[in-house]
Amino acid sequence: MATVIIPTPLRKFTNNTARLEVKAGNIHDTIRELTTNFPDLKKHLLNEKGEVRSFVNIFIGNDDIRNLQQEKTAVKEDTVISIIPAIAGGSPDQP
Amino acid sequence: MSFENINFSKEELARYNRHIIIPEFGLEAQQKLKASKVLVIGSGGLGSPVLLYLAAAGVGTIGIVDFDVVDDSNLQRQVLFGINEIGKPKVEAAKRRLESLNPHVKFNIYNTHLNSQNALDIIKDYDVIADGTDNFPTRYLVNDASVLLNKPNVYASIFQFEGQVSVFNYTDKNGETGPNYRDLYPVPPPPGLVPSCAEGGVLGVLPGIIGSLQALEVIKIITGVGETLSGRFFIFDALNFETRTFNIKRRDDNPINGKNPTIKELIDYEQFCGMKAVEEKPIREITVRELYDWQVVGKKFQLIDVREPHEHNIVSIGGKLIPLATVVNNADKIDKDIDVVVLCKSGVRSRKAIRELEEKFGYKNLYNLKGGIIAYIDEVQPELTKY
Repeated sequence: MATVIIPTPLRKFTNNTARLEVKAGNIHDTIRELTTNFPDLKKHLLNEKGEVRSFVNIFIGNDDIRNLQQEKTAVKEDTVISIIPAIAGGSPDQP
Repeated sequence: MSFENINFSKEELARYNRHIIIPEFGLEAQQKLKASKVLVIGSGGLGSPVLLYLAAAGVGTIGIVDFDVVDDSNLQRQVLFGINEIGKPKVEAAKRRLESLNPHVKFNIYNTHLNSQNALDIIKDYDVIADGTDNFPTRYLVNDASVLLNKPNVYASIFQFEGQVSVFNYTDKNGETGPNYRDLYPVPPPPGLVPSCAEGGVLGVLPGIIGSLQALEVIKIITGVGETLSGRFFIFDALNFETRTFNIKRRDDNPINGKNPTIKELIDYEQFCGMKAVEEKPIREITVRELYDWQVVGKKFQLIDVREPHEHNIVSIGGKLIPLATVVNNADKIDKDIDVVVLCKSGVRSRKAIRELEEKFGYKNLYNLKGGIIAYIDEVQPELTKY
Protein backbone atom coordinates (compact mmCIF):
# COMPACT_ATOMS: atom_id res chain seq x y z
CA MET A 1 0.00 0.00 0.00
CA ALA A 2 1.15 3.54 -0.73
CA THR A 3 2.11 5.81 2.15
CA VAL A 4 0.85 9.35 2.72
CA ILE A 5 2.89 11.64 4.97
CA ILE A 6 0.63 14.08 6.80
CA PRO A 7 2.23 17.46 7.65
CA THR A 8 2.31 18.46 11.31
CA PRO A 9 -0.38 21.20 10.98
CA LEU A 10 -2.91 18.63 9.70
CA ARG A 11 -2.08 15.77 12.06
CA LYS A 12 -4.67 16.89 14.55
CA PHE A 13 -7.26 15.81 11.97
CA THR A 14 -5.70 12.32 11.58
CA ASN A 15 -5.57 11.34 15.26
CA ASN A 16 -1.98 12.61 15.31
CA THR A 17 -0.91 9.99 12.80
CA ALA A 18 2.02 11.09 10.64
CA ARG A 19 1.94 8.27 8.09
CA LEU A 20 -1.17 6.71 6.63
CA GLU A 21 -1.45 3.80 4.24
CA VAL A 22 -3.86 4.02 1.31
CA LYS A 23 -5.16 1.46 -1.17
CA ALA A 24 -6.00 3.99 -3.89
CA GLY A 25 -4.50 3.73 -7.37
CA ASN A 26 -4.15 7.45 -8.10
CA ILE A 27 -3.96 10.80 -6.31
CA HIS A 28 -7.64 11.63 -6.79
CA ASP A 29 -8.71 8.42 -5.07
CA THR A 30 -6.02 8.82 -2.41
CA ILE A 31 -7.49 12.19 -1.38
CA ARG A 32 -11.02 10.72 -1.34
CA GLU A 33 -9.83 7.81 0.79
CA LEU A 34 -8.19 10.20 3.26
CA THR A 35 -11.18 12.54 3.50
CA THR A 36 -13.57 9.61 3.92
CA ASN A 37 -11.52 8.17 6.76
CA PHE A 38 -10.79 11.58 8.28
CA PRO A 39 -13.68 13.92 7.34
CA ASP A 40 -12.13 16.93 9.12
CA LEU A 41 -9.28 16.87 6.59
CA LYS A 42 -11.65 17.63 3.75
CA LYS A 43 -11.95 21.39 4.04
CA HIS A 44 -8.19 21.69 4.39
CA LEU A 45 -7.41 19.68 1.26
CA LEU A 46 -10.31 20.37 -1.12
CA ASN A 47 -12.16 23.50 -2.18
CA GLU A 48 -15.94 23.80 -2.58
CA LYS A 49 -15.68 22.30 -6.07
CA GLY A 50 -13.84 19.26 -4.74
CA GLU A 51 -10.49 20.29 -6.25
CA VAL A 52 -7.21 20.17 -4.36
CA ARG A 53 -6.69 23.60 -2.83
CA SER A 54 -4.04 25.70 -4.51
CA PHE A 55 -2.16 26.35 -1.26
CA VAL A 56 -1.76 22.62 -0.71
CA ASN A 57 0.96 20.91 -2.71
CA ILE A 58 1.06 17.19 -3.27
CA PHE A 59 4.29 15.46 -4.14
CA ILE A 60 4.83 11.91 -5.28
CA GLY A 61 8.31 10.89 -4.30
CA ASN A 62 10.20 14.13 -4.95
CA ASP A 63 7.95 15.49 -7.69
CA ASP A 64 5.02 17.88 -7.71
CA ILE A 65 1.89 16.23 -9.15
CA ARG A 66 1.25 19.47 -11.09
CA ASN A 67 4.32 18.54 -13.16
CA LEU A 68 3.04 14.96 -13.58
CA GLN A 69 -0.57 13.99 -14.41
CA GLN A 70 -2.09 16.13 -11.64
CA GLU A 71 -4.73 14.18 -9.72
CA LYS A 72 -4.64 11.37 -12.27
CA THR A 73 -1.03 10.62 -11.33
CA ALA A 74 -0.77 6.91 -10.58
CA VAL A 75 0.03 5.69 -7.09
CA LYS A 76 1.94 2.42 -6.74
CA GLU A 77 2.52 0.07 -3.81
CA ASP A 78 5.78 1.75 -2.78
CA THR A 79 4.77 5.35 -3.58
CA VAL A 80 5.34 7.93 -0.87
CA ILE A 81 2.94 10.85 -1.12
CA SER A 82 3.67 14.11 0.72
CA ILE A 83 1.08 16.78 1.44
CA ILE A 84 2.73 20.17 1.96
CA PRO A 85 0.48 23.14 2.82
CA ALA A 86 1.72 26.72 2.76
CA ILE A 87 2.98 27.92 6.13
CA ALA A 88 3.94 31.51 6.76
CA GLY A 89 5.54 31.52 10.17
CA GLY A 90 8.87 33.07 10.90
CA SER A 91 8.28 33.93 14.47
CA PRO A 92 4.65 33.43 15.40
CA ASP A 93 3.46 34.97 18.62
CA GLN A 94 0.18 33.98 20.12
CA PRO A 95 -2.10 36.95 19.54
CA MET B 1 28.93 43.09 -7.51
CA SER B 2 32.64 43.70 -7.99
CA PHE B 3 34.88 42.08 -5.41
CA GLU B 4 38.39 42.13 -6.90
CA ASN B 5 39.33 45.37 -5.16
CA ILE B 6 38.12 44.28 -1.75
CA ASN B 7 40.90 44.33 0.82
CA PHE B 8 41.06 43.02 4.36
CA SER B 9 42.77 44.40 7.44
CA LYS B 10 45.00 42.14 9.52
CA GLU B 11 42.18 41.74 12.04
CA GLU B 12 39.75 40.71 9.36
CA LEU B 13 42.14 38.17 7.87
CA ALA B 14 42.57 36.62 11.30
CA ARG B 15 38.82 36.62 11.89
CA TYR B 16 37.96 34.97 8.57
CA ASN B 17 40.92 32.57 8.55
CA ARG B 18 38.77 29.42 8.87
CA HIS B 19 36.83 30.44 5.78
CA ILE B 20 39.84 31.43 3.74
CA ILE B 21 41.70 28.15 4.31
CA ILE B 22 38.82 26.05 2.89
CA PRO B 23 40.11 25.23 -0.62
CA GLU B 24 36.66 25.62 -2.30
CA PHE B 25 36.04 28.92 -0.51
CA GLY B 26 39.28 30.83 -0.21
CA LEU B 27 39.99 34.55 -0.20
CA GLU B 28 37.83 35.15 -3.26
CA ALA B 29 34.63 33.91 -1.59
CA GLN B 30 35.47 36.03 1.47
CA GLN B 31 35.93 39.06 -0.78
CA LYS B 32 32.55 38.38 -2.37
CA LEU B 33 30.95 38.25 1.07
CA LYS B 34 32.47 41.58 2.04
CA ALA B 35 31.36 43.15 -1.26
CA SER B 36 27.78 41.91 -0.83
CA LYS B 37 24.65 43.52 0.57
CA VAL B 38 22.00 41.30 2.14
CA LEU B 39 18.56 42.40 3.34
CA VAL B 40 17.06 40.33 6.16
CA ILE B 41 13.32 40.86 6.50
CA GLY B 42 12.14 40.02 10.01
CA SER B 43 14.60 39.81 12.91
CA GLY B 44 12.66 37.24 14.93
CA GLY B 45 13.01 33.49 15.17
CA LEU B 46 14.46 32.98 11.70
CA GLY B 47 16.10 36.40 11.41
CA SER B 48 18.13 35.85 14.61
CA PRO B 49 20.31 32.97 13.34
CA VAL B 50 20.39 34.41 9.82
CA LEU B 51 21.71 37.74 11.10
CA LEU B 52 24.15 36.23 13.57
CA TYR B 53 25.72 33.92 10.99
CA LEU B 54 25.78 36.46 8.16
CA ALA B 55 27.38 39.07 10.40
CA ALA B 56 29.87 36.54 11.75
CA ALA B 57 30.65 35.34 8.22
CA GLY B 58 31.59 38.85 7.11
CA VAL B 59 28.80 39.96 4.77
CA GLY B 60 29.79 43.58 4.05
CA THR B 61 26.42 45.29 4.40
CA ILE B 62 23.38 43.90 6.18
CA GLY B 63 19.95 45.55 6.13
CA ILE B 64 17.43 44.63 8.82
CA VAL B 65 13.69 45.28 8.49
CA ASP B 66 11.42 44.87 11.51
CA PHE B 67 8.73 47.04 13.06
CA ASP B 68 8.44 45.19 16.34
CA VAL B 69 9.84 45.63 19.83
CA VAL B 70 11.46 42.87 21.87
CA ASP B 71 9.00 41.04 24.10
CA ASP B 72 9.85 38.52 26.83
CA SER B 73 7.92 35.85 24.91
CA ASN B 74 10.45 36.27 22.05
CA LEU B 75 13.45 35.11 24.04
CA GLN B 76 12.53 31.39 23.83
CA ARG B 77 13.76 31.42 20.21
CA GLN B 78 14.99 34.87 19.16
CA VAL B 79 18.56 34.37 20.28
CA LEU B 80 19.67 37.81 19.11
CA PHE B 81 18.06 39.39 22.14
CA GLY B 82 18.47 39.32 25.91
CA ILE B 83 16.45 40.55 28.86
CA ASN B 84 18.04 44.00 28.67
CA GLU B 85 16.45 44.60 25.26
CA ILE B 86 12.84 43.93 26.28
CA GLY B 87 10.66 46.80 25.10
CA LYS B 88 13.29 48.15 22.69
CA PRO B 89 12.91 48.18 18.90
CA LYS B 90 14.20 44.90 17.50
CA VAL B 91 16.23 46.51 14.72
CA GLU B 92 18.14 48.67 17.22
CA ALA B 93 18.72 45.81 19.63
CA ALA B 94 19.83 43.59 16.73
CA LYS B 95 22.25 46.21 15.42
CA ARG B 96 23.88 46.64 18.83
CA ARG B 97 24.29 42.88 19.30
CA LEU B 98 25.64 42.34 15.79
CA GLU B 99 28.07 45.27 15.95
CA SER B 100 29.56 43.74 19.06
CA LEU B 101 29.89 40.46 17.15
CA ASN B 102 31.54 41.96 14.05
CA PRO B 103 32.53 45.64 13.84
CA HIS B 104 33.63 45.19 10.20
CA VAL B 105 30.02 44.95 8.98
CA LYS B 106 27.84 47.93 8.03
CA PHE B 107 24.25 47.70 9.26
CA ASN B 108 21.27 49.58 7.82
CA ILE B 109 18.14 49.37 9.93
CA TYR B 110 14.52 49.92 8.87
CA ASN B 111 12.21 50.20 11.87
CA THR B 112 9.08 49.85 9.77
CA HIS B 113 6.45 47.52 8.34
CA LEU B 114 7.50 46.42 4.88
CA ASN B 115 4.61 47.38 2.58
CA SER B 116 3.80 47.96 -1.08
CA GLN B 117 4.82 51.61 -0.77
CA ASN B 118 8.31 51.13 0.68
CA ALA B 119 9.34 47.59 -0.38
CA LEU B 120 10.91 48.33 -3.77
CA ASP B 121 12.78 51.30 -2.39
CA ILE B 122 14.25 49.30 0.49
CA ILE B 123 15.00 46.12 -1.46
CA LYS B 124 16.53 47.72 -4.57
CA ASP B 125 19.93 48.40 -3.00
CA TYR B 126 20.57 44.80 -1.92
CA ASP B 127 21.98 41.77 -3.73
CA VAL B 128 20.19 39.01 -1.84
CA ILE B 129 16.98 38.99 0.21
CA ALA B 130 16.36 36.65 3.17
CA ASP B 131 12.67 36.39 4.02
CA GLY B 132 11.97 35.42 7.62
CA THR B 133 8.59 37.09 8.04
CA ASP B 134 5.59 35.53 9.72
CA ASN B 135 2.52 36.21 7.57
CA PHE B 136 1.22 35.53 4.07
CA PRO B 137 0.76 39.13 2.84
CA THR B 138 4.44 39.92 3.52
CA ARG B 139 5.54 36.60 1.98
CA TYR B 140 3.83 37.50 -1.31
CA LEU B 141 5.03 41.10 -1.09
CA VAL B 142 8.67 40.04 -0.64
CA ASN B 143 8.31 37.49 -3.44
CA ASP B 144 6.83 39.92 -5.91
CA ALA B 145 9.25 42.72 -5.07
CA SER B 146 12.19 40.31 -5.46
CA VAL B 147 10.90 39.16 -8.86
CA LEU B 148 10.23 42.73 -10.06
CA LEU B 149 13.73 43.79 -9.00
CA ASN B 150 15.35 40.53 -10.13
CA LYS B 151 16.83 39.64 -6.74
CA PRO B 152 17.28 36.13 -5.34
CA ASN B 153 15.01 35.53 -2.35
CA VAL B 154 16.09 32.97 0.23
CA TYR B 155 12.87 31.73 1.75
CA ALA B 156 12.34 29.97 5.06
CA SER B 157 9.18 29.33 7.03
CA ILE B 158 8.33 27.44 10.19
CA PHE B 159 5.27 26.20 11.98
CA GLN B 160 5.27 24.20 15.21
CA PHE B 161 7.68 21.35 14.32
CA GLU B 162 7.92 21.84 10.57
CA GLY B 163 10.31 23.98 8.54
CA GLN B 164 10.53 24.85 4.85
CA VAL B 165 13.47 26.33 2.93
CA SER B 166 13.99 27.25 -0.72
CA VAL B 167 15.82 29.71 -2.93
CA PHE B 168 13.45 31.67 -5.15
CA ASN B 169 14.04 33.73 -8.26
CA TYR B 170 17.69 32.74 -8.50
CA THR B 171 19.38 33.33 -11.83
CA ASP B 172 22.17 30.81 -12.41
CA LYS B 173 25.43 31.14 -14.34
CA ASN B 174 23.62 30.32 -17.60
CA GLY B 175 21.10 33.11 -17.08
CA GLU B 176 18.28 30.67 -16.22
CA THR B 177 15.97 31.97 -13.49
CA GLY B 178 14.46 29.41 -11.11
CA PRO B 179 10.96 29.23 -9.63
CA ASN B 180 9.56 31.68 -7.10
CA TYR B 181 7.01 31.46 -4.29
CA ARG B 182 4.08 31.90 -6.66
CA ASP B 183 5.20 28.84 -8.66
CA LEU B 184 5.02 26.83 -5.46
CA TYR B 185 1.91 28.39 -3.92
CA PRO B 186 -0.04 30.45 -6.49
CA VAL B 187 -2.51 31.83 -3.94
CA PRO B 188 -2.50 32.10 -0.17
CA PRO B 189 -4.91 30.20 2.07
CA PRO B 190 -7.99 32.21 3.03
CA PRO B 191 -7.69 33.61 6.55
CA GLY B 192 -8.76 31.16 9.22
CA LEU B 193 -8.28 28.00 7.19
CA VAL B 194 -4.66 27.28 8.00
CA PRO B 195 -4.11 26.57 11.66
CA SER B 196 -3.80 29.97 13.27
CA CYS B 197 -1.23 31.20 15.72
CA ALA B 198 -3.81 30.45 18.40
CA GLU B 199 -3.34 26.75 17.82
CA GLY B 200 0.23 27.27 16.67
CA GLY B 201 3.43 28.09 18.41
CA VAL B 202 6.88 26.86 17.49
CA LEU B 203 9.60 24.83 19.15
CA GLY B 204 12.31 27.41 19.90
CA VAL B 205 15.21 25.48 18.40
CA LEU B 206 13.42 24.93 15.06
CA PRO B 207 13.93 28.48 13.70
CA GLY B 208 17.56 28.10 14.84
CA ILE B 209 17.95 25.09 12.55
CA ILE B 210 15.94 26.45 9.62
CA GLY B 211 17.36 29.99 9.89
CA SER B 212 20.89 28.55 9.82
CA LEU B 213 20.04 26.73 6.58
CA GLN B 214 18.73 30.03 5.24
CA ALA B 215 22.03 31.75 6.12
CA LEU B 216 23.88 28.90 4.38
CA GLU B 217 21.94 29.46 1.15
CA VAL B 218 22.57 33.22 1.30
CA ILE B 219 26.30 32.58 1.60
CA LYS B 220 26.24 30.06 -1.29
CA ILE B 221 24.42 32.51 -3.56
CA ILE B 222 26.89 35.30 -2.81
CA THR B 223 30.03 33.21 -3.15
CA GLY B 224 28.91 30.88 -5.95
CA VAL B 225 30.21 27.97 -3.88
CA GLY B 226 28.16 24.75 -4.16
CA GLU B 227 24.64 24.21 -5.53
CA THR B 228 21.85 26.36 -4.16
CA LEU B 229 18.36 25.12 -3.33
CA SER B 230 16.96 26.89 -6.40
CA GLY B 231 14.41 24.58 -8.04
CA ARG B 232 14.21 22.52 -4.89
CA PHE B 233 12.02 22.79 -1.83
CA PHE B 234 13.36 21.47 1.47
CA ILE B 235 11.15 20.26 4.32
CA PHE B 236 12.24 19.38 7.83
CA ASP B 237 9.92 17.55 10.21
CA ALA B 238 11.56 17.96 13.60
CA LEU B 239 9.13 15.57 15.34
CA ASN B 240 10.10 12.53 13.28
CA PHE B 241 13.48 13.89 12.24
CA GLU B 242 12.68 13.51 8.59
CA THR B 243 13.93 15.67 5.77
CA ARG B 244 12.58 15.70 2.24
CA THR B 245 13.72 17.72 -0.77
CA PHE B 246 11.19 18.14 -3.56
CA ASN B 247 11.74 19.32 -7.12
CA ILE B 248 9.85 22.47 -8.08
CA LYS B 249 9.56 24.16 -11.45
CA ARG B 250 8.52 27.46 -12.96
CA ARG B 251 4.95 27.52 -14.17
CA ASP B 252 3.59 29.15 -17.31
CA ASP B 253 0.59 30.48 -15.38
CA ASN B 254 2.67 32.30 -12.76
CA PRO B 255 1.02 35.75 -12.64
CA ILE B 256 4.25 37.65 -12.06
CA ASN B 257 6.74 36.02 -14.44
CA GLY B 258 4.91 33.26 -16.32
CA LYS B 259 3.93 33.36 -20.00
CA ASN B 260 1.35 36.14 -19.60
CA PRO B 261 2.18 38.07 -16.45
CA THR B 262 -0.67 40.11 -15.03
CA ILE B 263 1.19 41.57 -12.06
CA LYS B 264 3.46 44.39 -13.24
CA GLU B 265 3.76 46.28 -9.98
CA LEU B 266 3.22 45.63 -6.29
CA ILE B 267 -0.42 45.11 -5.31
CA ASP B 268 -2.42 45.38 -2.10
CA TYR B 269 -1.27 42.20 -0.34
CA GLU B 270 -3.66 42.44 2.61
CA GLN B 271 -6.51 42.41 0.14
CA PHE B 272 -4.90 39.66 -1.95
CA CYS B 273 -4.70 37.48 1.14
CA GLY B 274 -8.33 38.17 2.00
CA MET B 275 -7.53 40.10 5.16
CA LYS B 276 -9.48 43.23 4.30
CA ALA B 277 -12.70 41.46 3.37
CA VAL B 278 -12.72 39.88 6.81
CA GLU B 279 -12.25 43.21 8.50
CA GLU B 280 -15.04 44.99 6.66
CA LYS B 281 -17.88 44.21 9.02
CA PRO B 282 -17.17 45.88 12.35
CA ILE B 283 -17.25 43.90 15.56
CA ARG B 284 -18.60 45.42 18.75
CA GLU B 285 -15.87 46.07 21.27
CA ILE B 286 -15.62 46.80 24.94
CA THR B 287 -12.57 48.27 26.68
CA VAL B 288 -11.11 46.71 29.80
CA ARG B 289 -12.24 49.80 31.77
CA GLU B 290 -15.82 49.31 30.59
CA LEU B 291 -15.65 45.64 31.54
CA TYR B 292 -14.37 46.61 34.97
CA ASP B 293 -17.26 49.07 35.33
CA TRP B 294 -19.72 46.33 34.42
CA GLN B 295 -18.16 44.11 37.08
CA VAL B 296 -18.24 46.87 39.71
CA VAL B 297 -21.89 47.79 39.16
CA GLY B 298 -22.87 44.10 39.03
CA LYS B 299 -24.26 44.20 35.50
CA LYS B 300 -25.57 40.84 34.29
CA PHE B 301 -23.38 39.53 31.48
CA GLN B 302 -21.54 36.38 30.45
CA LEU B 303 -17.75 36.22 30.08
CA ILE B 304 -16.30 33.71 27.58
CA ASP B 305 -12.56 32.97 27.49
CA VAL B 306 -11.50 31.45 24.13
CA ARG B 307 -7.86 30.84 25.03
CA GLU B 308 -6.29 27.39 25.42
CA PRO B 309 -6.48 25.53 28.77
CA HIS B 310 -2.74 25.94 29.45
CA GLU B 311 -3.08 29.71 29.12
CA HIS B 312 -6.10 29.67 31.39
CA ASN B 313 -3.98 27.82 33.97
CA ILE B 314 -1.41 30.63 33.90
CA VAL B 315 -3.92 33.40 34.53
CA SER B 316 -7.66 33.91 34.32
CA ILE B 317 -10.12 36.69 35.10
CA GLY B 318 -13.04 34.31 35.40
CA GLY B 319 -15.49 33.41 32.71
CA LYS B 320 -16.22 30.19 30.91
CA LEU B 321 -13.28 28.57 29.08
CA ILE B 322 -14.21 27.55 25.53
CA PRO B 323 -11.05 27.42 23.34
CA LEU B 324 -11.47 29.05 19.92
CA ALA B 325 -11.36 25.74 18.00
CA THR B 326 -14.30 24.40 20.03
CA VAL B 327 -16.48 27.52 20.06
CA VAL B 328 -18.85 26.42 17.30
CA ASN B 329 -19.48 23.05 18.92
CA ASN B 330 -20.14 24.70 22.27
CA ALA B 331 -22.37 27.50 21.02
CA ASP B 332 -25.24 26.15 23.16
CA LYS B 333 -23.25 27.26 26.24
CA ILE B 334 -23.07 30.86 25.04
CA ASP B 335 -25.95 33.08 26.12
CA LYS B 336 -28.10 34.75 23.47
CA ASP B 337 -30.21 36.91 25.77
CA ILE B 338 -27.70 38.86 27.85
CA ASP B 339 -24.54 40.70 26.79
CA VAL B 340 -21.56 38.38 26.28
CA VAL B 341 -17.94 39.54 26.47
CA VAL B 342 -15.45 37.33 24.61
CA LEU B 343 -11.78 37.50 25.56
CA CYS B 344 -8.45 35.95 24.63
CA LYS B 345 -4.83 37.00 25.17
CA SER B 346 -4.81 40.16 23.08
CA GLY B 347 -8.16 40.30 21.29
CA VAL B 348 -7.40 38.55 17.98
CA ARG B 349 -8.79 35.08 18.67
CA SER B 350 -11.85 36.50 20.41
CA ARG B 351 -12.63 38.51 17.23
CA LYS B 352 -12.47 35.28 15.23
CA ALA B 353 -14.76 33.54 17.71
CA ILE B 354 -17.29 36.40 17.51
CA ARG B 355 -17.12 36.41 13.73
CA GLU B 356 -17.81 32.67 13.58
CA LEU B 357 -20.63 32.79 16.11
CA GLU B 358 -22.29 35.74 14.34
CA GLU B 359 -22.02 34.12 10.93
CA LYS B 360 -23.12 30.64 11.95
CA PHE B 361 -25.69 31.35 14.65
CA GLY B 362 -26.66 34.99 14.19
CA TYR B 363 -25.50 36.22 17.60
CA LYS B 364 -26.09 39.96 18.12
CA ASN B 365 -24.99 40.33 21.74
CA LEU B 366 -21.26 39.62 21.57
CA TYR B 367 -18.55 42.10 22.60
CA ASN B 368 -14.84 41.69 21.95
CA LEU B 369 -12.60 42.59 24.90
CA LYS B 370 -10.19 45.07 23.34
CA GLY B 371 -6.56 44.19 24.08
CA GLY B 372 -7.59 40.94 25.76
CA ILE B 373 -6.55 39.70 29.17
CA ILE B 374 -3.17 41.42 28.81
CA ALA B 375 -4.84 44.86 28.62
CA TYR B 376 -7.05 43.90 31.57
CA ILE B 377 -3.99 42.98 33.65
CA ASP B 378 -2.17 46.16 32.59
CA GLU B 379 -5.02 48.50 33.40
CA VAL B 380 -7.18 46.80 36.03
CA GLN B 381 -5.30 44.05 37.87
CA PRO B 382 -1.52 44.55 37.48
CA GLU B 383 -0.89 42.01 40.29
CA LEU B 384 -1.94 39.14 37.99
CA THR B 385 0.60 37.09 36.02
CA LYS B 386 1.30 38.22 32.45
CA TYR B 387 2.57 35.80 29.86
